[in-house]
Amino acid sequence: LSRIGDELYLEPTESGLSLRAVNSSRSAFASFLFAPLFFQLYEPGSAGPDTELFRCKVHMKPLLGVFRSLPSLEKSVWKCLILLKPRASRLVLQLHCKYGVTKTHNLAFQECERLQAVFDTQRCASRLCVTARVLAEAVVHFPPTLAEVTLGTGPGGKISLRNYVEDEAEPSKTMVTELWLAEDEFQSVAVAPGSHITFCLKEFRGLLSFAEASNLPLTIHFDEPGRPVIFTLDDTVLEVHLVLATLSDLQSNSQSPSTNGVSHLPAPSDDFADDLESYMAAMETSEGCSEGPPSPTFPLHTPRPAKSKPEEEEEEEEEEGAVPGTPPPKKFRSLFFGSVMTPGRPGPATAQEVLAEDSDGE
Amino acid sequence: MPFSAQPPASGERYALSASLDNARHLSSLLRAVHFQDHATCLATASGLRVTVEDAKCIQANAFIQAEIFQEFSIQEESVMFRISLSVLLDCLTIFGTSSLPGTSTALRMCYRGYGYPLMLFLEEGGVVTVCKINTQEPDELLDFDFCSTKVVNKIILQSEGLREAFAELDMTSDVLQITMSPDKPYFRLSTFGNAGSAHLDYPRDSDLMEAFHCSQTQTNRYKISLLKPSTKALALSCKVSIRTDAQGFLSLQYMIRNEDGQICFVEYYCCPDENITEAEL
Repeated sequence: LSRIGDELYLEPTESGLSLRAVNSSRSAFASFLFAPLFFQLYEPGSAGPDTELFRCKVHMKPLLGVFRSLPSLEKSVWKCLILLKPRASRLVLQLHCKYGVTKTHNLAFQECERLQAVFDTQRCASRLCVTARVLAEAVVHFPPTLAEVTLGTGPGGKISLRNYVEDEAEPSKTMVTELWLAEDEFQSVAVAPGSHITFCLKEFRGLLSFAEASNLPLTIHFDEPGRPVIFTLDDTVLEVHLVLATLSDLQSNSQSPSTNGVSHLPAPSDDFADDLESYMAAMETSEGCSEGPPSPTFPLHTPRPAKSKPEEEEEEEEEEGAVPGTPPPKKFRSLFFGSVMTPGRPGPATAQEVLAEDSDGE
Repeated sequence: MPFSAQPPASGERYALSASLDNARHLSSLLRAVHFQDHATCLATASGLRVTVEDAKCIQANAFIQAEIFQEFSIQEESVMFRISLSVLLDCLTIFGTSSLPGTSTALRMCYRGYGYPLMLFLEEGGVVTVCKINTQEPDELLDFDFCSTKVVNKIILQSEGLREAFAELDMTSDVLQITMSPDKPYFRLSTFGNAGSAHLDYPRDSDLMEAFHCSQTQTNRYKISLLKPSTKALALSCKVSIRTDAQGFLSLQYMIRNEDGQICFVEYYCCPDENITEAEL
């Protein structure tokens, strides 16, 4: 979670303790839900008729400091007690270690609004299920500094991973790495043919390491470019979601969200050179694309009282009405963060129409 | 390996001359008190004491008793000089700091007397290095007047239990607060950093506790920047004794076993921090 954001949101619920994080541009959201059974003792406290269950956020760095050294933690700590003390404004973490030693950390917290990205895995046209190890081995071929990667589906059910190259980059100076995985490397493949999405690899790596360490299979739900990609890990006592915004594809002709993502990028062939050239050509034809509004992106709907929207996101909403001729800057659209009306687990969205523009004027 | 090169010329009297087969017995101890550039060396018939001070609040002493040396002869009652500890350590470790088994640097140390430089003859694998380090007028040293009769609280802990704690101290806290008490929490180390407070409690019946003699509840704060260097001594030691007197002065004594199993001591004395405010619990 620290790979995503600088603050950890803690929300104890009836169904477990939820830990969440969001990045500064609100294009990545992750949540870990630990069921009550994960704990030896779980008392979420009780919500009154008018009050919700207490929640707060803490700074990531001091929290990481408490759990600094994993190997020594495993050897020396036998119990960890977590207490939220609203009146003292303290999150208490008490580690009971060997030799009878007790380490108590009293961390300051801030109260916060509920952090919840709205996403719906049911509405995703494509789904892949794979062991973390397969993906980790694939990702190792990309440089650690690589920001974005494109996941695509190809003929014969093959899945590709390619580093994303910016439009402005000169083809002669960039290196493109492309990797194809056969269908049988995955536990299950249910994808819309010819679909692809581009997301931030850096933010994904954190989850990938966790999945590897916990030996849980990873499920990837995706749809069209611009719609978020959702990575999930499921276990009897743990549910993990990572939602990443994806780059929207301005030259794609699909306007409605529920099509099978027919893309105008050339279908990947086995001839690498042709493939690359036509891929580059397609990226360059984003100019002159003047039909209708571009692919839907997610407005940011902050709950009242409104938190200040990030600067970037205001600009984006203006851009949507801007002349489509200009090549889009490589920004990820912000994720849609739903209203705080309904408490409950992150899951299928409520009846809110995802495509609704923010009714606030810009 | 007996050191044979460069014996002092006959007829010359050295105020201090000492030989050590393994210079690491000296250098590792000196490193445990190396938080300032300069140190004051005092040599007596019992051995060598190297003192480092800072801010008139903290004093560290490394004791290398005469028995550790293969040869230790002193012509005067005591010999004292100030020297650059950084340079001394650089010279002692001139053949490198990695400790390969079987290899060691042999040392011969000679000091003619007041005003003369300290001569070091170091040999490893047949290669000899001669170092001459200038000495200075010794400073007046702090006297903490800390004697065993004035001790209010004393505990002896196995170092293993404190090492990690000291290495991970929250350095955003200005102070390290030490609470010693015959009642709970018995022995507590606390920091008050940017993110909040942290407390480390050691119960009196812990396996790590070798001795527990606390007669009064005392809570004292010390500047954490001054105590942090003691982590080096803690890392080398097997046991540590923690004592406080009525004024809150802190004495930390570290028992260090060297490679040959011989025992040496390093001690730290620290004044309590003057800006005492209500401890945050």
